[in-house]
Amino acid sequence: MKKKIGLIVNPVAGMGGRVGLKGSDGKKIHKMALALGAVPVSPKRTCEALNVLSGIQTKIELFTYPAEMGQDEAVLCGLSPNVIGSIQKGKTTPGDTIKAARDLEKTGVDLLVFTGGDGTARNIYDAVSDRLTVIGIPGGVKIHSGVYAANPVKAARLIIDFVTSPSKIALQTAEVMDIDEEMVRQDKVSAKLYGYMKIPYERGLNQSSKAGSNPKDEMFQDEIALDVIHNMDPKVIYLVSAGTTTKAIMDKLKLEGTLLGIDAVKNKQLISADLNESAILQLLAREPETPFNIITTVIGRQGYIFGRGNQQISPAVIRRVGKENVIVIATINKILSLNQEPFLVDTGDPELDKELEGYIRVTTGFGKQHIYNVSS
Amino acid sequence: MKGIKLKKYHAPKYDEPLIMEIGVDGRRGIMVPQVDKEIDDTVGTLEDLIPAKSQRKKAPALPEIDQYHTLMHFLRLSQMTLGMETGIDIGEGTCTMKYSPKVNEELVRSPQMAEVHPLQPEKTLQGILEIAYELRNYLKAISGMDEFCFQTGGGAHATYINACITRKYFQERGELGTRNEVITTQFTHPCNAATPSTAGFRVIILPHKNGYPDLDALKSVVSERTAAIHMTNPEDTGLYNPVVDEFTKAVHDAGGLCFYDQANANGIMSVARAREAGFDACHFNLHKTFSSPHGCEGPAAGAYGCTEALAAYLPVPVVTKLSDAYHLDFDRPKSIGKVRSFYGNLPAVLRAYAWIRSMGPKGIKTTAEISILNNQYLEHLLSQIDGISYPYAEGKPRFEQIRYSMAKLKEETGLGSHEIQNRIVDFGIQSYWLSHHPYVVPEPFTPEPCETYSKEDIEYWATAIEQACKEARETPEIIESAPHNQAIHQIKDFSQAEDADRWAITWRAYKKKTKK
Ligand SMILES: Cc1ncc(COP(=O)(O)O)c(C=O)c1O
Repeated sequence: MKKKIGLIVNPVAGMGGRVGLKGSDGKKIHKMALALGAVPVSPKRTCEALNVLSGIQTKIELFTYPAEMGQDEAVLCGLSPNVIGSIQKGKTTPGDTIKAARDLEKTGVDLLVFTGGDGTARNIYDAVSDRLTVIGIPGGVKIHSGVYAANPVKAARLIIDFVTSPSKIALQTAEVMDIDEEMVRQDKVSAKLYGYMKIPYERGLNQSSKAGSNPKDEMFQDEIALDVIHNMDPKVIYLVSAGTTTKAIMDKLKLEGTLLGIDAVKNKQLISADLNESAILQLLAREPETPFNIITTVIGRQGYIFGRGNQQISPAVIRRVGKENVIVIATINKILSLNQEPFLVDTGDPELDKELEGYIRVTTGFGKQHIYNVSS
Repeated sequence: MKGIKLKKYHAPKYDEPLIMEIGVDGRRGIMVPQVDKEIDDTVGTLEDLIPAKSQRKKAPALPEIDQYHTLMHFLRLSQMTLGMETGIDIGEGTCTMKYSPKVNEELVRSPQMAEVHPLQPEKTLQGILEIAYELRNYLKAISGMDEFCFQTGGGAHATYINACITRKYFQERGELGTRNEVITTQFTHPCNAATPSTAGFRVIILPHKNGYPDLDALKSVVSERTAAIHMTNPEDTGLYNPVVDEFTKAVHDAGGLCFYDQANANGIMSVARAREAGFDACHFNLHKTFSSPHGCEGPAAGAYGCTEALAAYLPVPVVTKLSDAYHLDFDRPKSIGKVRSFYGNLPAVLRAYAWIRSMGPKGIKTTAEISILNNQYLEHLLSQIDGISYPYAEGKPRFEQIRYSMAKLKEETGLGSHEIQNRIVDFGIQSYWLSHHPYVVPEPFTPEPCETYSKEDIEYWATAIEQACKEARETPEIIESAPHNQAIHQIKDFSQAEDADRWAITWRAYKKKTKK
């Protein structure tokens, strides 16, 4: 049976970057970008991936949106897509991306491929939540979302394996990060963790016995959760940050934690969920004698442990808890995906960021810690 | 490679049943003679000797099969799996798959060795004890350690023993409560993380900086909680840590112990010693470097050595010499106790002794040098193949092995080290090994061309890789469907191997799972 692949190209993604605009969402900015001579990046990126796919043409059924939203790129690369929906050529909006994702979901695609940046990922997530398996071809200017492959060719390789050798592939959750572009242009970055979608990844299966197959990421999350719980002190209040790795702790404790929010846990009980900064500060003020720990993990493909997706844990919170009381957890796959680049912090307080720099211990399994560098 | 012709090869294939399926009721291999009446009268019957609780009610469900068919069965399996000495086994890096001289097998099969009984009185074991004692002296010279024991059944076991000795050492000093961390490095064999964990320690893994273990990371993490560091050198990458003495110093300054996993000593013996690098203990895999075959969980032995300060904790028995007689010393009150039945794997001890005697100090150094030279020649050949590279420390020489990467080949063709691995076995050579987990180096493979292999062998092996990489670009379908000439083909649906309801690693589990 042929696999149904959906394709959505955000044709204007990646325009702001080359002209120094930090993003291209919003009509005004888009016009400014064009005026500054910006050329769209995402069609080219899409073609870099689609060219690699020509070898599996007979094994897939490609569904896409008209003209520059996928049809043009597919045809240019010699593929014959089924085109659905309608757009106003040259005037596409985020609304079109959302509509396209919904329509493609209805056609029953097995995998939804999209090209764009964080804004595009967010639109896709708005449309289909975590119901579909997706993979992003990076075409945007600034990408924090983990749903994007490292480059277009790697995205294509994943699609090929997904189609031809599904047993090499496992699914993993990855972040959809939402950046307020208005703030970025004022040189204030404020990226919110918007949600998680399922992406395929290659597991490195191996038939030889000296080193068997790589365990799935979930197994490591499970081990990490066991370690954290094993070492929990009943006197301490734990501020459990956002992310699937931290959520595994809540799941193991059978607590109704939030995936995207900050939850407070004491004595293995949830004392409050989804706290914003002021609620955390109030909690800290109410409990002056109680020791606090922050449990955080890597959020996004650039490796932030503070300042992206968990801004509720503000500089004031970190200072009050104390940097020695920060527990960082991450799966080894996550760490390796950073390609030796350090963890990052961007709390909004440069002095605190400096203090957080240096080598830290990262819990990566039960009774197991890796040493890793933090930079700001 | 010019002038090298890859062999036309086809593996023998038998549709061989499991041995549990080929027994026939009533068949047997050996007629065990009846016990003499006199012996029976003196020691009593078996039922008298074995406590009632330990006696099984039903005979074990073993296959009933004669010698000839047993041998045939296992020979067929070994042919199908390209058993030892039938291929150029360069691919299995960190395993030191070198030739073990057959003359040493003759020694091991001689009646003086084969018929020794572990319960014989010590004074009738003087010959083999002398050999063990002499081997201890040779390994002391090679490592600089003060004492050795041959109890452990392999490398990981020796590493575990070190963790146990570390635990006992700090327990005696009343420090075990705080000293609960063992440090290791990213490219050290993972048993060095696993065994301290089994012994109850928390494990800390240091990152690497450009391929070398990160000294600053070590300095940031050593403390009063540090019990020990476990490390290899050269590491999996083949890179030798040039400041290893600073690592041992940093750990010693914090009050911890330093253990050197020398399972892969082939490129370093007689070149540098554990003692001078500041280590308190080390181990050798006799079944790699010292003439016992490695593989198939074979007849292994980890030789564990330590300084005087730790010698009291060694497992018992330790072979000692007192006024010209050799003894098995069990009376060591601080010992961590017994770690294996009887005296360890004595055939491996004998082979190691014979090998060292036949090589002599110069020969051992030459072994190390040739293993490094061979590796550099292989590096020279592989580096010319488009798509293959090795990361880190550019321009720095590697020792006896290298962790290469096929990331470029994968990027360009979609076919990487797993796929090429499936193909090279078609050329009549053993499969290669990729890497320990996690795969820090993407699309990895790790060959180790020990001193055994000739220039032509190395060229043949590189040619096989070259051919497979060429096919990945020109005729990818050959690689995708490989192997073609092997007894066993690709597992198409890997989920079978991961579905606990479908696989079985024991006959009993197989019967249970296939019944329902
Ligand atoms: C560096 C190193 N240490 C330890 C071991 C484990 O040895 P064994 O397989 O005898 O347990 C190996 C084996 O491959 C090794 O390469």
